[in-house]
Amino acid sequence: MVEARARDNGPGAKAPKVLEMTGVTKTFGPVTANDDVSLVLHRGEILGLLGENGAGKSTLMKILYGLYKPDSGTIYVDGEEVQIRDPKDAVRRGIGMVHQHFTLIPPLTVAENIVLGAEPRKGGALDLNRAMRETEVLSERYGLKVDPRARVADLSVGVQQRVEILKALYRDARILILDEPTAVLTPQETEDLYRTLQELVADGLSIILITHKLGELLGVSDNITIIRDGRVVDTVKTSETEEGSLARLMVGREVLLRVEKGENEVGTPRLVAQGLVVLSSTGATAVHGVDIEVRAGEILGVAGVDGNGQVELAEALAGTRLVHKGRVYLDGEDVTGLGADERQERGLAYVPEDRSHKGLVQDFSLWENNALKTYDEPPFSGRFGRIFPKVMRRRAAQNLKAYDVRPSEPDARAGALSGGNQQKAILARELSGNPKAIIAAQPTRGVDVGAIEFIHRQLLEQREEGKAILLISLELEEVRSLSDRIVVMYDGRIVGEVGPDATDEELGLLMAGRGSGVGER
Amino acid sequence: MEETLTALGAILASTLRNATPLIFAALGGMFSERSGVVNIGLEGLMLISAFAGAVGAFYSGNALVGLATALGAGLLFALIHAVMCITFEADQIISGTAINLLALGGTGFLMVVFFGSGGTTPRVASFELVRIPGLADIPVIGPALFEQSLLVYLMYFLVPLTFFVVFRTPFGLRLRASGEVPEAVDTAGVSVTRMRYYGVALSGMLAALGGVYLSMSLLSAFTEGMTNGRGFIALAALIFGRWNPIGAAVAALLFGLAQAVTFRVAQDVIPLEFVQMFPYILTIVVLAGFGGRAIAPSALGKPYRKE
Repeated sequence: MVEARARDNGPGAKAPKVLEMTGVTKTFGPVTANDDVSLVLHRGEILGLLGENGAGKSTLMKILYGLYKPDSGTIYVDGEEVQIRDPKDAVRRGIGMVHQHFTLIPPLTVAENIVLGAEPRKGGALDLNRAMRETEVLSERYGLKVDPRARVADLSVGVQQRVEILKALYRDARILILDEPTAVLTPQETEDLYRTLQELVADGLSIILITHKLGELLGVSDNITIIRDGRVVDTVKTSETEEGSLARLMVGREVLLRVEKGENEVGTPRLVAQGLVVLSSTGATAVHGVDIEVRAGEILGVAGVDGNGQVELAEALAGTRLVHKGRVYLDGEDVTGLGADERQERGLAYVPEDRSHKGLVQDFSLWENNALKTYDEPPFSGRFGRIFPKVMRRRAAQNLKAYDVRPSEPDARAGALSGGNQQKAILARELSGNPKAIIAAQPTRGVDVGAIEFIHRQLLEQREEGKAILLISLELEEVRSLSDRIVVMYDGRIVGEVGPDATDEELGLLMAGRGSGVGER
Repeated sequence: MEETLTALGAILASTLRNATPLIFAALGGMFSERSGVVNIGLEGLMLISAFAGAVGAFYSGNALVGLATALGAGLLFALIHAVMCITFEADQIISGTAINLLALGGTGFLMVVFFGSGGTTPRVASFELVRIPGLADIPVIGPALFEQSLLVYLMYFLVPLTFFVVFRTPFGLRLRASGEVPEAVDTAGVSVTRMRYYGVALSGMLAALGGVYLSMSLLSAFTEGMTNGRGFIALAALIFGRWNPIGAAVAALLFGLAQAVTFRVAQDVIPLEFVQMFPYILTIVVLAGFGGRAIAPSALGKPYRKE
């Protein structure tokens, strides 16, 4: 983490207010996303905006950037009341935004992406040379190294983020909003980013940093505004707070920041991959000869930056993606040639990383979703392909209760549930069949803290029951606190194995492909 | 020798004549699809414009008036597609199909309204062949390339112009961006809706040029169903050419060559019906072989809804 900040721009400091939002309220139908929210940003300040998923942080920032229209409330920029109707207005007022999901165009070059919408022209033509020059100048001035000629698709996520920041700077942003900027970065890239942000504020910019990772804010922000259920709970000076009290403010109750994990007996290998080669959807090799062995009673964590083959690995193991080379064994049986359905029948559970598209049929009811994998087995189906909805509904009701899905109403539409409850509904389906092995790909992505706790507890329970669990996650903290062993994936390869006590530094180097193991492959 | 050269020249000229309407329509399709809107209505747009052009030319006796009528009709029907797909977020395939059916039925009906009967219109004013002095005297390729309709020369000009517009202007950058990541365009302060309307509107007018070439250059009359699948072949050329104007033009020339050759194959060797299938088989082979791997604009076919 970045060292404590030397500057002091606390709320009491003399720096002028560059931005003030007062009484902002925004409703979506019956849901109130922002309720009378106010916040203040001073020049040269890094303000952390902390809150759980769904607390209303992103909504507030989208209002500021002109993507949403507030029902009421006032925005002042440099003390002047302003109307921000669309992103153009925001840009004109010097507000720039780095979205959580990058808004870059992969087939275009860095320079083209940066100038899009504000292109330098020569006659009627696009002045690409000037675009490149200006990109270079900006990139040097702020130490954000990029090659203006490179295609964005060829860049690492960390570099893509730099392009996003440069995009805002090219438009003369003085207020920079970053939405969950570290979600996709390695620990080292995160540090680089924070160093960049320090340089930007030293240059007179002001930054709002949206995140749900409270640990990171402590190292980098001056002040932190906490939002819960659409309301501002408090604004605190970073130097006068600590992790526990921030977590309490954010969630509204005491939270267990770390799960308790007991010793466990480890048995025979249950889910094994040998020399696994898997192709991505575009036909490129996404997994290059991976060997994995998950034993009964252990959680094997797979750490790595997004897009290093984890998704393809999970899908190949689950049977939803073809194995190009290599073999997959489930409890000693070769299942390489079997489909997802047959693997599931043999005791493999799969929690896919894309909950809303691959995990559930959004427009189906919960009981239908619950029966998706077992509808053709007794007691849910009989002779001549008959199915028994009543039995399915009854079983679903039991499962939903057991896994604390709210509402636990079998007839509710899956898509109407919150992310956390959708995920619990998936767990209910996958774990209730008493599987031998479980593949959990990013099981807690985008779910609230309460659901995270519940999901973690379930996985640990399964571990105690002797299941073999493969946990793929982008959240280092999650991997570390749940896993018995951790392997790191980089560029489709396992580049190292470490224990759960590995440091950020160690993991980060491996995740960036610079670990000691890399040379040996 | 002399005979072979003459035959080659004839094949080349025929290739160009076959390819020209395909190229116009493919360029049009490119503007639409680069902006993110699938346009399988190219066939219908060509047909409607071919008819509108013939009507305009018939009543005015002036080919340029016909051209203007055709461009207007192409634009109008493209805008129907745009309103359905962009504003109302309808399924783009269904909307395109509707345009095709509307064109087929509508021109058939209007034939009776304007000319009293179906089939073929009377002879209308058309674009005559223009011989470019000097260039047309080059042996073999001269007459093939430079003794053509004005519209063919317009095509020579439009292919590089389209390339320039799409890849070298701010408009082109925004258009391509709209078809790839519309969210990025929106956050950059450019209206995705507007870019897509431009794209579809241009596709209508370019398809119109293709239609005009059929009814006012290749023939001097409109015949019911005269596009005969050319709009779909243009779409195939667009995909084969990887949504690049030069690539699409080359692909269209290839299809044009296939047609030109089939006209010359001795009918007693292979039955005519099989010979006539050749361009279509080539299209299928090309789409099966290359279409799958061609990289379409990633937001193609997806309506964009602003948050």
